[in-house]
Amino acid sequence: MFDALSDRLERIGGRLRSRGRITPADLAEALSEIRTALLEADVELSVARAFCDNVAARCSVEALSKSLTPGQQVVKAVHEELIAVLGGETLKISYASRPPTVILLAGLQGAGKTTTAAKLAQWFKAQGRNPLLVAADLQRPAAIEQLRILAEQAGVAFSSSGTDPVDVARHGVEEGFRLGRDVVILDTAGRLSIDQALMAEVAAISAATSPHYTFLVIDAMTGQDAVHTAKAFDETLALDGVVLTKLDGDARGGAALSVKYVLGKPIAFASTGEKLGDLDLFHPDRMADRILGMGDVLSLIEQAERTIDTEQAAQSAARMLEGTFTFDDFLDQMNQVKKMGSIGGLMKLMPGMSKQMRDAASQIDDGEIARIEGMVHSMTKAERQNPDLIDRSRQARIARGSGRSVADVAQLIKQFKQMSKMMKSLGAGKMPSIPGLGGGLSGARQMAQLAKSDPAQLQQLLGQSGGGGLPSAPWAPKAPGVGGGAGSKNKKKKGGRVTPPKGR
Amino acid sequence: MVTILIIIGIVVVLAGAGVVVTKRRSSPALGAGTPAPQRIEPAAVAPVVLDTTTDAVPADVAVVEGAPVAPVVTPADELSESTPPSVGAASAKSRGIFAGLRAARRLKAIEPSTWDELESSLLRGDVGVTTTTRLLETLRAEVAAGTVTDGSGLLERLRSLLIATLSQVERPEHGELSLEVAAGRVPVWLLVGVNGVGKTTTIGKLAYRAGGEGKKVLLAAGDTFRAAAGEQLATWGARSEVDVVLGAAGADPSAVIFDAVQRAGARGFDVVIADTAGRLHNKVNLVEELKKIRRVADREPGQVTEVLLVIDATTGQNALQQARQFTEAVSVTGIVLSKFDGSARGGVVVAIEAELKIPVRFLGVGEHASDLIAFEPIAFVDALLADDPVA
Repeated sequence: MFDALSDRLERIGGRLRSRGRITPADLAEALSEIRTALLEADVELSVARAFCDNVAARCSVEALSKSLTPGQQVVKAVHEELIAVLGGETLKISYASRPPTVILLAGLQGAGKTTTAAKLAQWFKAQGRNPLLVAADLQRPAAIEQLRILAEQAGVAFSSSGTDPVDVARHGVEEGFRLGRDVVILDTAGRLSIDQALMAEVAAISAATSPHYTFLVIDAMTGQDAVHTAKAFDETLALDGVVLTKLDGDARGGAALSVKYVLGKPIAFASTGEKLGDLDLFHPDRMADRILGMGDVLSLIEQAERTIDTEQAAQSAARMLEGTFTFDDFLDQMNQVKKMGSIGGLMKLMPGMSKQMRDAASQIDDGEIARIEGMVHSMTKAERQNPDLIDRSRQARIARGSGRSVADVAQLIKQFKQMSKMMKSLGAGKMPSIPGLGGGLSGARQMAQLAKSDPAQLQQLLGQSGGGGLPSAPWAPKAPGVGGGAGSKNKKKKGGRVTPPKGR
Repeated sequence: MVTILIIIGIVVVLAGAGVVVTKRRSSPALGAGTPAPQRIEPAAVAPVVLDTTTDAVPADVAVVEGAPVAPVVTPADELSESTPPSVGAASAKSRGIFAGLRAARRLKAIEPSTWDELESSLLRGDVGVTTTTRLLETLRAEVAAGTVTDGSGLLERLRSLLIATLSQVERPEHGELSLEVAAGRVPVWLLVGVNGVGKTTTIGKLAYRAGGEGKKVLLAAGDTFRAAAGEQLATWGARSEVDVVLGAAGADPSAVIFDAVQRAGARGFDVVIADTAGRLHNKVNLVEELKKIRRVADREPGQVTEVLLVIDATTGQNALQQARQFTEAVSVTGIVLSKFDGSARGGVVVAIEAELKIPVRFLGVGEHASDLIAFEPIAFVDALLADDPVA
């Protein structure tokens, strides 16, 4: 992910922020550090240079000297420039009036085209579409078989007939029309941009199928060559956008910035995990927030809305805030959350995550959920309804039943209760002041956006006093994720467990 | 576990209303006691067993002998004993990173713009900021001391500095891979790397190479995660007329590799080349799984003699991180730089060798079985420094 880049920028920003005055030398030093940070993040050299020039233009020394918080001005300029470079708008797919809408995927070997094709199919299916996957990669051994298996997993139709990639693609589109599929996704063989024969072949596929969207699939780990490759593919295919893959690695993803900057084509989708559901539209503004470590609450909410039974969730949430949340609710919710994708991926969307937290998130094993489930399943109905019932002997029984240790069970119950308490205090409109809970509620801006989209629900849950505890604007010194070392200092207390809210 | 509870709590509240609570917490307690790593596939997986030869192998493992698999691409032309490709040939069709340096080479005096050009070229070749800075500092010191005086001299020094950097690490000649094992053991070569770098393809090439040297090779399809990875390897096995041990989709990769090793021990194979699923180096559970694979492969009668990390030449500075993490986990003995026939220059291996002392052993230069060449510092640096024939 962009984590390392955001860490770097956070550090630079943090240092500037602590200064009341910024001299031209300070600014020059910061800019040079930003350039190095960008280069280390694999941003293409000329793009990194242009980026720094633009940041410099946005925060002239005069403007800085007038500002009360010059450091924040610089961070803000970086943020604005990031959004400008990443491109403002999220791609909106417009479907062909005469279906099927044809989507062509191209790219280098190993960028992740086949996996992306299947993920896209699943994504379109989730949009209520009826996609057909066409395997036109006749080059790599077993590529067709791979897509066939993935299509089966995604539960979408699959086609690949013929011995020539162009024929396979053409036939696939015809098949899509015949079967009444409204989206046809063409997977093509990986090819080097300098391989003229193969580039001509993909051009022929494009000509034979006249795709409505042509996406270049790019590995987030790509280095300086990304720009060269993207240019070559754009010249051959007239790209409509880019799909960025393997964003769940720790690569700094500078390639994304460079390609967008050089081609001016949007990053349409981003893939962030190995599950078929781990692909979504790319939101530049949210990504800029993520780069600066501000989380991405909107994506999280959207993901939740898509996969979670909202009515049920609202009920559980209400019970949770009342403090009457039971293990049954918990089990229920856990199943819903599992549908949303990997926990690690979800964690990355949370605002206010420190680097350690993100590292921790990437380590969470989905198997751990299964183990928690095992323990809850080993409880009786009565115990699930009323965790207070569970004494030592019941704990021992649950441990035996689930194959865990008694300590694991005790910890689960303890933390469940703490969580309930925490949520209850939140429901009561208090901001729980928990050591280690650095960011508190998310940024006011994001809250405001949410309030706009669904004010009734927000108010209902927050109550009248709820809004009072919100922190200041994202650019304030202690904004989530940008400010924070304070919370991380005392987090090791008691093995890092949650301490109950004060005054309770 | 705490984190999961919190997240679930958060998501519950979120889904209902959109209130987000964040919580900071350190990582140590988290990873503790997480056993059996596993990845969950969304749906039931169709088994990828190609051939259910009822041999002395467990039920979920199939062995594909020699050539029963119809290859997707006819291997005829690829198996032909064509002249092996060279670095020069590979780079001839691609852009040299020092494309912009022709001017510098002709320059008599060293001007500020010369330094900019040098820096740009190194950075554009993915050599990285740290290594570039180090190289340029050395050169500046030499210019200041008067030992280098003109543009072509400067380039010559850069060339020798790069070659020297790539000569610090001991590298077996001609890309020879170790077969040295204790008596009664079978050497195992383990291929590791992130997703999509070309591990399976590299194994196909290594098998072809070893087979050509008269070795009896057994391939182990340790990638049981990615759909059809086993079949991909089986196709390569068929091309190179090499046996492949396949596991069912989702089978324990360690078990598949161990079965291959046992089979190799019993039937007098010279070497087992084991594939593994691509994994990002920052996924702790998957790295733990890889450690287990290595431990199991090292169990009698197996003995891991090479752990080869495959790095995609198009990868940028993240390759350094990959090399760091993989070598920490499974003690990488060498690097295969794949897709070197593209327009990317793979300059990051200079940084990897300088910092981590892991030798690059091979370059992957095409899609044919013979497109694997032994890494050689001088040829590599000259390819890096080559002017662009196209531009």
